[in-house]
Amino acid sequence: MLPAVLGFLLFTLGPMIFSLVMSFMDYGVITAPQWVGLDNWRRALFEDPLVWQSLRVTLYYAVGSVVLTSVLAFLVALLMNQPIVGQRVFRTIYYMPSVISGVPVAILWTWIFNPTIGVINTALRWVGIEGPRWLTSPEWVIPALILMSSWSIGGAMVIYLAGLQGVPNELYEAAQLDGAGAVRRTLSITLPMVSPVIFFNLVMSIIGSLQVFTQAYVMTEGGPINSSLFAVLYIYRNAFFYFQMGYGSTLAWILFLVIGLLTLLVFRSQRIWVHEEAQS
Amino acid sequence: MTDVLERPRVTGRRRWTAGRVVAQLIVLLGAAIILVPFLWMLRTAVMPLEDLFRLPVQWLPTTVEWSNFAEAWVRGKVGRYALNSFIVAGLATLGTVVTASISAYGFAYLRSRWRSALFAMVLSGLMIPGIVTLVPTYVIFRELGWLNTWMPLIAPSWFGGGAFSVFLLRQFFRTIPRELREAATLDGASELRIYARVIAPLAMPAHAAVAIFSFLGVWNDLFGPLIYINDDALQLLPVGLAAFPNPQGVTAWNLMMAGALMGMLPCLVLFFLFQRYFIQGIVTSGLRG
Repeated sequence: MLPAVLGFLLFTLGPMIFSLVMSFMDYGVITAPQWVGLDNWRRALFEDPLVWQSLRVTLYYAVGSVVLTSVLAFLVALLMNQPIVGQRVFRTIYYMPSVISGVPVAILWTWIFNPTIGVINTALRWVGIEGPRWLTSPEWVIPALILMSSWSIGGAMVIYLAGLQGVPNELYEAAQLDGAGAVRRTLSITLPMVSPVIFFNLVMSIIGSLQVFTQAYVMTEGGPINSSLFAVLYIYRNAFFYFQMGYGSTLAWILFLVIGLLTLLVFRSQRIWVHEEAQS
Repeated sequence: MTDVLERPRVTGRRRWTAGRVVAQLIVLLGAAIILVPFLWMLRTAVMPLEDLFRLPVQWLPTTVEWSNFAEAWVRGKVGRYALNSFIVAGLATLGTVVTASISAYGFAYLRSRWRSALFAMVLSGLMIPGIVTLVPTYVIFRELGWLNTWMPLIAPSWFGGGAFSVFLLRQFFRTIPRELREAATLDGASELRIYARVIAPLAMPAHAAVAIFSFLGVWNDLFGPLIYINDDALQLLPVGLAAFPNPQGVTAWNLMMAGALMGMLPCLVLFFLFQRYFIQGIVTSGLRG
């Protein structure tokens, strides 16, 4: 137990407290740290419009990507749970994008979104549509990144698939005897039975998607005109580019509070839609 | 546990109903869409640069230039960065597997009244966003004089390897029949011996899963090397690829795709070799690494 407990204290709890303390300080590189009270917090909440911009962008992306990827992953898992020919091969293909995250993927998708010679707009032109300018358009940059996130549904799909295969067959047989059709069986048996799996996956996806960084750093640099200024990118800039570590800590804490609040909301909503008997 | 996944729910029925045909077709179409970015990357990587900008767009290369890979390797210094990434990811993975395993063993078997409280505490690390600890961690490592070294990227892994690894291993340990441990105890084996001779070998698949996820995590991480490493000779692949040089002012997309492909290759190879550990790891923990 010791290494993990030590690790938690040294690299999670300790820095968290330190971070909170730093958020009340002017903490640069050259000058000595100085206590400034609520200055950073006032600046972040009332004087710096980019803070709100970054939170707005981040929430927009998170909602879009969590909803889209969860729904897609669940639909694919439902289909894969049918007697599909070549199930193993398909599972491999669907999971493949999930093992290659990070910079190479960001570079690849920058190229895919190229407005004139990228594959999406080339395909769209093929059917007579002139595609948007994606990453260089303030309106389309976030939808583009949401679309990109839906490429990596594999991890969620595997989790859902395992959940689906844990639903006892007898439930379906009984419903079938009662004359319930396929849609009815999905809504009344499958969804409630796997709702705890969906819940857990939702929580982790929200936490993850609110901390997007690589895409913004590699693909858009926060642009155009700050329309993809993700919260973590803005924190990175303040803390590691302008070296305002105190202010960066304040921003990190604000994001932390937002993530905590959203997680709490999802936890609260649990009693409305997560089926209790399925929780084990 | 993977067996569950290999088996279709309804067995025996081999009738091609309309619904089955539609499901099969949608799955097929989805798989084709998933593959398009890979194929587009491969197509671009082997094309001459001037062919890329030719309109109408060529779907398939008319000239294939395999030399793009060699050129990207040299220009992007892929070899140097990849070697650095291998060393760092390797050492971090070793630390994760060893210390997560010891920790998880404790959480699975040791009798202590603090056990569940401590486990809950470690597990809460899963929910705490990494960003909130980042700035102070940087300050600590700076005070230690570790900036521009690989230490900040390796050392934390040697402290339990993170909540996910501990959780996955502990879940797996708990599926091992109690009788095995009891029998070994009756034979007079010490706790260390039981761990080394009975539990650890049985939990090989879970250790493999933890090792793979840990390796991929470090290999793909951009933030760490970005803030800690300045020296180009020590730089890792993600930062190196993100700063791929395009001296003529024209983005050499063919070389960038070749570089990106080389950057992904170790992950894809790991995946194809150890696919069943990936799936098992996800299913055991209900998490995605």
